[in-house]
Amino acid sequence: MSDLGKDIHETASGADAIEVEAADRVLARRLSVDWSDADQAALDAWLESSLSNRIAYLRLDAAWERAYRLEALSPQEIAEPGAPAKRWPLILMRVAAAAGVAAILGAGGLFALQPRVKTYATAIGGHELVSFADGSKIELNTNTVLRARMTTSERVVWLEKGEAYFQVKHDPAHPFVVMAGNRRITDLGTKFFVRRDNDRFEVAVMQGRVWFDASGKRTSDQTALLTQGEEAIASANSLAVRKESEQKLARQLSWRQGTLVFDRVSLAQAAREFNRYNSRKIVIADARAANQMIGGTFPATNVDAFTSAVQLAFGMHVQNRGNEIVISH
Amino acid sequence: MTDTYEPERENAGAHRRNMTVRAGIDAWFVREVLPLEAALTQYLRHNWRDNAGVADLLQDVYLRVYEAALKEQPKSTKSFVFTIAHNLLVDRVRREKVIPLEAAENLEALVAAAEAPGPEAQTIARDELRIVQAAVDKLPPRARQAFLLHHVHGLPVRQIAARMSITDRAVTWHLNEGLRALANALYRDPPERRTKS
Repeated sequence: MSDLGKDIHETASGADAIEVEAADRVLARRLSVDWSDADQAALDAWLESSLSNRIAYLRLDAAWERAYRLEALSPQEIAEPGAPAKRWPLILMRVAAAAGVAAILGAGGLFALQPRVKTYATAIGGHELVSFADGSKIELNTNTVLRARMTTSERVVWLEKGEAYFQVKHDPAHPFVVMAGNRRITDLGTKFFVRRDNDRFEVAVMQGRVWFDASGKRTSDQTALLTQGEEAIASANSLAVRKESEQKLARQLSWRQGTLVFDRVSLAQAAREFNRYNSRKIVIADARAANQMIGGTFPATNVDAFTSAVQLAFGMHVQNRGNEIVISH
Repeated sequence: MTDTYEPERENAGAHRRNMTVRAGIDAWFVREVLPLEAALTQYLRHNWRDNAGVADLLQDVYLRVYEAALKEQPKSTKSFVFTIAHNLLVDRVRREKVIPLEAAENLEALVAAAEAPGPEAQTIARDELRIVQAAVDKLPPRARQAFLLHHVHGLPVRQIAARMSITDRAVTWHLNEGLRALANALYRDPPERRTKS
């Protein structure tokens, strides 16, 4: 699977792929704390294997070297007056994080803001459709934050949290890349969705195909080419790919119509889903209730309709306690 | 992946025997050829039918320059590089019969105008600092932050990760993205030098 994917990746962007690998190797060499002879031999072999490799490496390594000119700026020059030396000013860090912008050099204003990155967000229960000039669309599900840089030269989206459905206008010259943590999804002509719950990632392809890289490293085996109907689930150290039925994937996207569709899932699973869309959380009090299998279609933001149905169908007890709804058998 | 590299691999043995020569050419390439990238890109853009192919042309010019330098190191890097670029374009045009090339008469003027920094310009540290700052300034925000934490504050990856509340791998990825963008900002579209050589 990953070999096939690698070939396609290569033809998609041969020169870029060399550059990405060259950058990885520059970083490995420059940042390693225990660079061994074996590491050096491997690097030499790679540099000798192709002049393209060597030139890409030389160029990037030279850029890295030139950046050390920044050492001339003492950390104090960046820090606010009075802030402790050699420490990144926390207030700036926070401003930077909030604005999606790195810390700012006071002197001379050389480090201007980056206006091209836009942030899109939905609240709990929210749902938003964003259309871009290139014809691509992103639909944000509940409680989602993503940033997008859509320029004539690149299209990159960072999914910070939550879930989104992508309909991408394919353009081989400008790949559409979704970053989720260090996972990278590169569109190869596609409709797909990405869901992020902390360290767990789910990518499923409705149409076309995507290149899913669960490690951020091209050479890793944690990569997969996903085609229509395939779903990848990645956690910190694993990547599983499986074929899903059209119906199952359609159910997972039912949020686009504002509904949740369950087909024989446990009440615990259903409750977890509802809790993504509502600030009043369902709490299941006992294992017997948790394991009860259910099915049906429910409005995603009407948690009371769901709990009433559960009460009626299974004779369970439902108690409203402020921001919690407790279900027990 | 290996297929792409076959033609060069044949020379691998010869390359290994010439490691010392290699080191000298590497240094020359970084010192004298890379600073021509902006002018060279401009030249290729101006004389090629679409901008999409320019990155590939540039890559080809670099390959030819390096290979030619292995045989004989040139006296004037500028005219050496632009002659190779010119010849490459002529080859391509002949092969593809697409565009008329008006570059022949412009070549010499262009070589003369190519703004390659002389050694005296390179020694002006403050100017270099300004250029590097402007280039780092153009990076994506997270990449720039990671760069500053390493290059200004001297932090290793682990500590950058802690500072930015992300994983080591994410730091490496931001640096990877940033490094590639930085090389373009420094070599392909550099801010103007104040010092004229």
